[in-house]
Amino acid sequence: MSICEVLAVLYEGVMNVDPGNPQKEDRDWLVLSKGHCGPALYSALAYKGYFDIELLNTLNQNGTSLPSHCDRLKTPGIDLSTGSLGQGISLGIGAALGNKMKGLDNYVYIIIGDGELQEGQVWEGIQFAAHRKLDNMILIVDCNKRQLDGYTNDICSTFDLGVKFSAFGFEVQKADGKDCGDIYRALMDSKQISKSIGKPTVVLLDTQKGQGCSFAEIASFNHYMVVTEAMAEEAICEVERRLQKALEKEQTDIEKEGQGR
Amino acid sequence: MTRNNNVLIDFQPDKTDMRVHYCNALIEEAGRNDKILVIDVDTSSSMGTKPFYKEYPDRAINCGIMEAHAAGMAAGLSATGYVPYLHAFGTFASRRVYDQLFLSCAYQDLNVKIIGADAGVAATSNGGTHMPFEDMGIIRNIPGMIVFEPADAVMLPYAVRYMAETYGNFYMRYVRRKTMRIYDEKAEFSIGKANVLREGNSIAIIACGIMVYESLRAAQMLAEEGINAMVIDMHTIKPIDSQAVIDAAKCCGAIVTAENHNIVNGLGSAVSEVVCENFPIPLERVGVNDTFGEVGTQDYLMEKYGLTARDICIKAKKAIGRRRGM
Repeated sequence: MSICEVLAVLYEGVMNVDPGNPQKEDRDWLVLSKGHCGPALYSALAYKGYFDIELLNTLNQNGTSLPSHCDRLKTPGIDLSTGSLGQGISLGIGAALGNKMKGLDNYVYIIIGDGELQEGQVWEGIQFAAHRKLDNMILIVDCNKRQLDGYTNDICSTFDLGVKFSAFGFEVQKADGKDCGDIYRALMDSKQISKSIGKPTVVLLDTQKGQGCSFAEIASFNHYMVVTEAMAEEAICEVERRLQKALEKEQTDIEKEGQGR
Repeated sequence: MTRNNNVLIDFQPDKTDMRVHYCNALIEEAGRNDKILVIDVDTSSSMGTKPFYKEYPDRAINCGIMEAHAAGMAAGLSATGYVPYLHAFGTFASRRVYDQLFLSCAYQDLNVKIIGADAGVAATSNGGTHMPFEDMGIIRNIPGMIVFEPADAVMLPYAVRYMAETYGNFYMRYVRRKTMRIYDEKAEFSIGKANVLREGNSIAIIACGIMVYESLRAAQMLAEEGINAMVIDMHTIKPIDSQAVIDAAKCCGAIVTAENHNIVNGLGSAVSEVVCENFPIPLERVGVNDTFGEVGTQDYLMEKYGLTARDICIKAKKAIGRRRGM
């Protein structure tokens, strides 16, 4: 849930994709290295028009094309299959290198978890991408500070990620992962900076596990939860309240802008 | 099953390292197919791929010592249409990157060619840490993977071309130094189709890699005792040529398998599966008996692990004896 905002920004404002032609040659790619977040990505793909929104109801059902972990052979719009943590980054780097060698002017976005950074393969990939000056890939770290068994800093600290990524040769951007405007700014800046300085960029997204759903945010164990119908209703009402508030703010801003003219 | 008359009579060691033949074949193939890439993990010297770097500098990538990333990256590259050949010692091209081969390559039906050098005892002075007795076994457990081991430098270029022309994930193990020349230049191959190198009806010896030569020698030794051995080069252990195994079982009534690999889950296991399910007959396995490698010359190691023509003869007679007792 901590990546819903960044997915919304990527698919609606940043990425060059065509739901009618998911394999188009010059598309931007997205690799969800934290493959267990498939359900969040499926929602974005459905709203973008890759498949019927009703299909979301089949998640993890027998014979579904929407499995828990992303599968490129089953779901339209999934560029690469992921689920074994640490592997998506290498897949994404391979795609970025391949696209660059083909002379394409597209980007590969790789979303990785902060807990996932505990995997050694990740740092192999980061070192390689920096050495090869892969300026067509943008790594997004979902810093939600928690992993399956608890708080990342209690289990095995990631330490100062900004310092670590800088030391590994990446350009570092930071953004508030709850603020779509800030995410958009960071991603657009990253695209521009990567190309201008010839380095890969990482966006460290400050997020919260269970983001946007109060009972999930505060739950002591929230990597996965059983959600009752009442809880689902409560979560939907919360989202709708937030949406209503945002719309009202937008309306007020427009009015203020009009008065200012 | 291909009946192959193009087997040399007078076996001689090849004058050139297999890795030289390999790289020449890859350069030739790359001239025809501009999607072919070489990927190394600090292995371009030992794998002999350096001439490729000179010929196609933009299509050769040395990652440094990071096998896991290299395997995943190769999968990603193949998703954009490239045909990467990933090189490492057999141990690290298989067991070190098993999950990457499983999920990043095979599970998502991508197109990576994995080349594991120094098959089995050919790792010689690198010793037990670098001696793959398990590579074919673990990789044949990955759905869709094609696993094979060419016997000599005549088959090698065919294998390189076949991998380039055939979409899918392959694991080729081979000996990078000089091997015995088995085939003459006119020999024909088909991945997944065994080659019958010698006809016989007393015992069928089914072998791969360097054990093909030992099997042909064993057949000569057995012939001196009046035992007429069929010899089959089962270069592809997955998908195995089931019909060739069934035909050999029916023809000879006893089988010996010979592999430079652990007898657990290797060629012997693959042949046994076919025999047990289709035409049960006595079968004996020559191979490494579920143990680790160690340093030594190839000859010493073949003696130590029971991989010589003499060992094949002993097992052949045992299998024939069991058939008579049936």
